[in-house]
Amino acid sequence: MQQNVGKIIKVSGPVVIADGLRGAKMYDVVKVSEKKLTGEIIELNGDKITIQVYEETSGIGPGEPVYTTGLPLSVELGPGLIQSIYDGIQRPLDVIYQKEGVYIARGVNAESLDKLKKWDFKPMKRKGEKVVAGDRLGVVQETSLVNHYILVPIGIQGELVSINEGTFTVIDVIAEIKDISGKIHEIQMLQKWPVRKTRPYLEKLSPVEPLITGQRVIDTFFTIAKGGTACVPGPFGSGKTVVQHQLSKWCNAEIIVFIGCGERGNEMTDVLLEFPELIDPNTGKPLMERTVLIANTSNMPVAAREASVYTGITIAEYYRDMGYNVALMADSTSRWAEAMREISGRLEEMPGEEGYPAYLGTRIASFYERSGRVKTLANEDREATISVIGAVSPPGGDLSEPVTQNTLRTVQVYWSLQDKLAYKRHFPAIDWLRSYSLYLDQLSKFFEEEISKEFVIIRKKAMGILQEESELEETVRLIGIDALSRMERLTLETARSIREDFLHQNAFDEIDTYTSMKKQFLMLDLIIYFHERAKDTMDESSEISIDQINHLTAKNQIARSKFIPEDQLDKFEKIKNDIDQQIKSLISENKRKDE
Amino acid sequence: MIKEYTTITEVNGPLIIVSKISDVKYNELVEIELSDGEKRRGQVLEISEDKAIVQLFEGTSGIDIAHSKVRFLGKSIEIPVSLEMLGRIFDGSGRPIDNGPGILAEKRLDINGNPLNPYARDYPNDFIQTGISSIDVLNTLVRGQKLPIFSGSGLPHSKVASQIARQAKVLGKEETFSVVFAAMGITFEESYFFANDFRRTGAIEKSVMYINLANDPAIERIITPRIALTTAEYLAFEKDMHVLVILTDMTNYCEALREVSAARKEVPGRRGYPGYLYTDLATLYERAGRIKNKKGSITLVPILSMPEDDKTHPIPDLTGYITEGQIILARELHLRGIYPPINILPSLSRLKDKGIGKNKTREDHSNVMNQLFSSYARGKESKELATILGEAALTEEDKKYVKFSDKFEELFIQQGEHENRDIEESLNIGWETLAMLPVNELKRIKDEYIQKYLPKISGEDENNK
Repeated sequence: MQQNVGKIIKVSGPVVIADGLRGAKMYDVVKVSEKKLTGEIIELNGDKITIQVYEETSGIGPGEPVYTTGLPLSVELGPGLIQSIYDGIQRPLDVIYQKEGVYIARGVNAESLDKLKKWDFKPMKRKGEKVVAGDRLGVVQETSLVNHYILVPIGIQGELVSINEGTFTVIDVIAEIKDISGKIHEIQMLQKWPVRKTRPYLEKLSPVEPLITGQRVIDTFFTIAKGGTACVPGPFGSGKTVVQHQLSKWCNAEIIVFIGCGERGNEMTDVLLEFPELIDPNTGKPLMERTVLIANTSNMPVAAREASVYTGITIAEYYRDMGYNVALMADSTSRWAEAMREISGRLEEMPGEEGYPAYLGTRIASFYERSGRVKTLANEDREATISVIGAVSPPGGDLSEPVTQNTLRTVQVYWSLQDKLAYKRHFPAIDWLRSYSLYLDQLSKFFEEEISKEFVIIRKKAMGILQEESELEETVRLIGIDALSRMERLTLETARSIREDFLHQNAFDEIDTYTSMKKQFLMLDLIIYFHERAKDTMDESSEISIDQINHLTAKNQIARSKFIPEDQLDKFEKIKNDIDQQIKSLISENKRKDE
Repeated sequence: MIKEYTTITEVNGPLIIVSKISDVKYNELVEIELSDGEKRRGQVLEISEDKAIVQLFEGTSGIDIAHSKVRFLGKSIEIPVSLEMLGRIFDGSGRPIDNGPGILAEKRLDINGNPLNPYARDYPNDFIQTGISSIDVLNTLVRGQKLPIFSGSGLPHSKVASQIARQAKVLGKEETFSVVFAAMGITFEESYFFANDFRRTGAIEKSVMYINLANDPAIERIITPRIALTTAEYLAFEKDMHVLVILTDMTNYCEALREVSAARKEVPGRRGYPGYLYTDLATLYERAGRIKNKKGSITLVPILSMPEDDKTHPIPDLTGYITEGQIILARELHLRGIYPPINILPSLSRLKDKGIGKNKTREDHSNVMNQLFSSYARGKESKELATILGEAALTEEDKKYVKFSDKFEELFIQQGEHENRDIEESLNIGWETLAMLPVNELKRIKDEYIQKYLPKISGEDENNK
């Protein structure tokens, strides 16, 4: 063990250089100085190793020791992850708070998973069965929402020689597997996995189902698939975080991993206080019971911020392997990229664009590639997904900067947030003309079968009206509204209705905050129905003016339709009838005037 | 076991390099004694086996390689704190400059602080009444928030900040705020204005002021806000006080940071500012907040001047990404003589939703706020249209919006420097301006509130038609 102690020769912020550590491997975890600060080897150069330290390095100096653990940076996986709040290297912040008080002291050590807590383990396999990696050995009720399946660890297969039912801690042996060579493997519920390594699966598949978020502009127009990737770039104040929070609250994934990466402390507090109170519309249980939080706020050490997204995605992969649909939110990936830049700068690497390291693009792409719909390992033929939604914070709102550009090259859905819309308090401030989703065609079948045959057509019509609006507005700006024909003004009115009554959605209103797919369709259908009825009427009678159409009470009914509760959706049919009635009486009224 | 060396090998801008050293630690406090006996302080920025890079807070002029002595003090920078600091004025490094006695330390605190555990935070949700309508109604400040003022040269940010400091209070409780004020590189006039204003109103009794003027050492500005925040943390979390921290001007702070970074020949990020500017600012701003089971709180109002009023400049940009909103001042309003010239539309308070409404301010607050925002936005748009096409091209509706937005600026935004409006009054003025619009345009307000709060004048107008 003697050779496993090195000596610090240089300290520069979070980067420490040491020598004398023979046999050290790239990405091994080391403990720096007697304070035992956690660090990771990020460069090997002859006898010298470079370490990024996950904690503040004040008071550390040359000559102090460095110990290697010989293991790569890993997370602990097992029952107890859900409802936890971890920092970037999976230290539980609630435990640290109880142990150390309000500030995060250095060198503090806390178990990622509680080693004393006992869980009820129910076997799903019998002694003597043949199992392969990924097979479900048994199940633990982790929360009222989550059945935590204990899987055969990756790399192990063979015959189950024992399996026990009962209450166990995560480190008790619950089963034994004899492999081909006759070796017996003791299986605990706790498993470890290095964060920078993708967990294996059998096969990647193309996404077929939408991730329903209850957010109208997203679900109807710019849908993300289960297993898909999306990014939300926007300048500050445009509502990135609210979009991320809304998605993690309402989307119909079974497990949520939320990574607060280099962002505000109070936002994490908000999540912590609010999630246990919120009820999941799909299950009726508190949302916190399906959520894992990773919080490495902006004032916490920068190297741990770099690690936080890997910690998060590894946990997501673990639940995917059990067969769940997992959604991962990373807020914000720009802060992660900046952490890379800072470390790279301290290493005196040759910088790429704007000082970011040349490998920025590769890192971003390989992070998003850990998402997807897959056939998991195991003989049990399971499919599961990870959807990844990353916020991007472009400096000055300038989308040409490297993080945004590299992200856009990778992700399939782009929700473009505009501060212009935010100033008008149009939320979510997602620009309907710039955003896109590359999943729409793939998902059409789902919408047509599950929601309505009309869905795709209605959506197309609505989009067409919005496109037309932007062209007409150009004309209005140049020549004035009088230059437009009646029909064009109707288009403007309908576009306004789509914007204000459909796209605009109030995250803080009890009913408006979540809209089911069915209701989304009914709402949009109603607007288009009104538009077409009005258009037909105006076609038939040249006397009817746009103002008359605007003053129909139906317009107000449409505007209020967002507040119709989910259990009263039959009201939409009634509004349609009202529209017919009102237009009918409008026509007869006009006729009477003529006579 | 203080180690003393005379082995300075290089002096470069604010940095010196000391060689042949041993057992020096990262971030350690350093004292340099010049040949004439003057003492200056610095901090270790980088340390390798036999040399240390040290940044000097009071500049390197007059340092000679041969005779200056360097002592490594074996600790990081600390300041003495005690309740006696209230009412006192210090320089940017924390030394008294008001001819008063030194501070008898109750304890000494490391100015760098420790990262606050996000789990230990309590969510800020106590409404602070500043008496300024455009802040209270539209960009509500809550206790424990960090809300910067983005200003430009020549705009009255000092007046706005001192008005906030003077008037801030929490409704229903008689608690007022203690103020910790840190000036970085501002002019004598500006600092005199604050000191005088605080003295005149008696606010000085519960204030602590740290002053680094424009002609004081630039590098000192790197520690001034840290000292101020350490003092604030002591007052808030150990003495249960509600503390309002004003940091002005953050632009000068960032420039000092850039100077050090350039001297170290680091790879720069945007506009020459170091790549770690975001992290560095975050370690300051994130020290604001509330903590579970503690009575006190830190509310932070940093002021920064945007070069060329450009919000996308790295300093306002990165600040906006960390703080919980921003108050932006508009030159256009200022030129038209409107005080406070708060640019409503791009200003934002992210924490407002939890601080307003029934039992906090008034039930209609959120509705009124949303309506004012969207109506004012519409009014501004119509005005723009009018400048291109002429007033005649506007629809009747648009004309009403133009009138509304003028009235809104005149009655609602504009108020006196010493006018302290309570929240009821501010909301009522809001209603008064909204009454100029047709009732069916008030889509964002619930009917019951319209019944209850809308002044009846508009109804009469319609009848008169």
